Amino acid sequence: MSYKISEKTRAKIDELRKIYPQKEAVLIPALHEMQKEAGWVSEDAIDALSACLGLPYARVKGVVTFYTMFNRAPVGKYHLQVCRNISCHSMGAPRILSHLKEKLRIAEGETTEDGLFTLSTVECLGSCGTAPVIAVNEKYHENMSVEKTDMLLRELGLQQ
Amino acid sequence: MMEKILLKTEAADIEAYIKAGGYQALRKALAMKSEDVTAEVKKSNLRGRGGAGFPTGLKWSFIPKANTKPRYLVCNADESEPGTFKDRELILKNPHLLIEGLAIASYAIGAKQCYIYIRGEFAKETGLLSDCVNEASKRGYLGNNILSSGFDLNIAVHRGAGAYICGEETALLESIEGKRGLPRLKPPFPAVVGLFGCPTVINNVETLASVPAIIEKGGDWYSKLGAGKSAGTKLFSVSGPVKKPGVYEIELGMPFKKFLEDYAGGMLEGSKLKAVIPGGSSVPVLTAAEALKMNLDYESVQQAGSMLGSGGIIILDDKACMVETLLVLAKFYHHESCGQCTPCREGGGWIEKLLRKLEAGKGKEGDIALIYSIAENMLARTLCPLGDALAMPVMSFITKFRPEFEAHAAGNGCGKREAGSGKSTQ
Ligand SMILES: Cc1cc2nc3c(=O)[nH]c(=O)nc-3n(C[C@H](O)[C@H](O)[C@H](O)COP(=O)(O)O)c2cc1C
Ligand code: FES
Repeated sequence: MSYKISEKTRAKIDELRKIYPQKEAVLIPALHEMQKEAGWVSEDAIDALSACLGLPYARVKGVVTFYTMFNRAPVGKYHLQVCRNISCHSMGAPRILSHLKEKLRIAEGETTEDGLFTLSTVECLGSCGTAPVIAVNEKYHENMSVEKTDMLLRELGLQQ
Repeated sequence: MMEKILLKTEAADIEAYIKAGGYQALRKALAMKSEDVTAEVKKSNLRGRGGAGFPTGLKWSFIPKANTKPRYLVCNADESEPGTFKDRELILKNPHLLIEGLAIASYAIGAKQCYIYIRGEFAKETGLLSDCVNEASKRGYLGNNILSSGFDLNIAVHRGAGAYICGEETALLESIEGKRGLPRLKPPFPAVVGLFGCPTVINNVETLASVPAIIEKGGDWYSKLGAGKSAGTKLFSVSGPVKKPGVYEIELGMPFKKFLEDYAGGMLEGSKLKAVIPGGSSVPVLTAAEALKMNLDYESVQQAGSMLGSGGIIILDDKACMVETLLVLAKFYHHESCGQCTPCREGGGWIEKLLRKLEAGKGKEGDIALIYSIAENMLARTLCPLGDALAMPVMSFITKFRPEFEAHAAGNGCGKREAGSGKSTQ
């Protein structure tokens, strides 16, 4: 199977090249673009990008595996990322996390069978004043409680 | 009266910002000699707000004059230190103040290209900054021949991708270069060999946003704000069981007690202050008594036994179990270690494992001393301070809250463990 970088992403990569004096600096922004399109970064995508930038496969793979935001497996339509760090922890994140596990019947790192939700824990999201925080894809949901989490799940289409 | 600089006007819109006097400091700076801009910042006694508190003007003056390579300004908007959320607020409320600061700093050091490295999770903030950069360019505050001064500057917003270590300045440079975020050995310092091998200044968002006011009103004026060697105003982000968590700008030197009561609104009903981590999660913890005696400035917090750091004040109340809280931090620092240095990579893992046992009531008597000695052996033995960032909390938690650790080792726990924890809101 091979992965084809879309025209749009290619154009974006060309655009990005103008911003940096070295081509390698485009790597992380390019991976963001590819993930935006595909939802995750597959082995084939790594292959395709290393060819596109003329960098060794291991060089690209090394970067993909270093940064936690690059998903190395497909994720659900909604990626629920519960902050587990200090202020969210003390303000109730553990209860929200166990509630989510129960409601979605999945463990951390898993995706529901219908492909709607993936559940992860993440480190401090830089929003500790509105703890606990859950990021859904790129959007922050702040001052969460178990009740608000239930509302959120309903809005996102959890079937009971 | 409390002077406000950073959150004085809240104008994400460029028109409103200009109307409130925005971009006048840039105009003034461009009419000055670049050395004089740096001299003014030196005079202000502004210190880096990213955590280390290094004098900003002095840092700028380290750029070698004879070096003919391009120069870069890098703005550190990685904001990943747990308990810290001030730069995000500043970006959302006053993005053009930051951009104006970037332009002035770039002029001072002779940089024609500036990169804002922003953490990948800040999607909204990234979009906003990019829009603001475009607007500022359209109006001639960025781009070629800025305000007809002959000075050119481009700003690019560069997104990170989830790695706490990339807040460390040399890991950040590696990350912009498209590499794994591994801190570099210093020297050479970034001022000499920085981004793409060129002279580079790296400053925090808040540091750079403090610059326009210094140029507008003068270094002398700024140096008189605050308390002695801790000049100026600073943002403090306060989180945990207080009535009004959030970001507040105050002049340095305010008693913590006053800040807690008047700004953070005091403790939540039913919560009693137990401990304070005053400068982001990597600085030593203080007991309530120690914290209530200190003032919020670099010297006073140090005297109290901790560090002002990023100004991320984490409040812990009587419902917090100190063993469990330390475990949360140990897991974090272990996970975020880049793996280059053995003491940090292995020590972090050992400490996490031992704390996990202790917290689950399966620890032994010698474990506490062992954890402490691992931390002691990590301290100051690593390339970058990430090792210290775990060692300092570990040593201070154990020293100051030892009976709790001992109760856990004896298998008695702290009597606070409830299903799912998260006790402060129960
Ligand atoms: C592990 C680690 C993480 C850091 N994270 C940040 C950060 O998120 N933001 C920041 O501005 N500085 C951070 N710093 C400090 C930077 O290395 C650097 O000192 C700072 O950006 C310099 O800017 P300043 O002089 O304006 O404070 C971090 C340092 C370490 C060791
Ligand atoms: S601890 Fe959760 S956002 Fe900072």
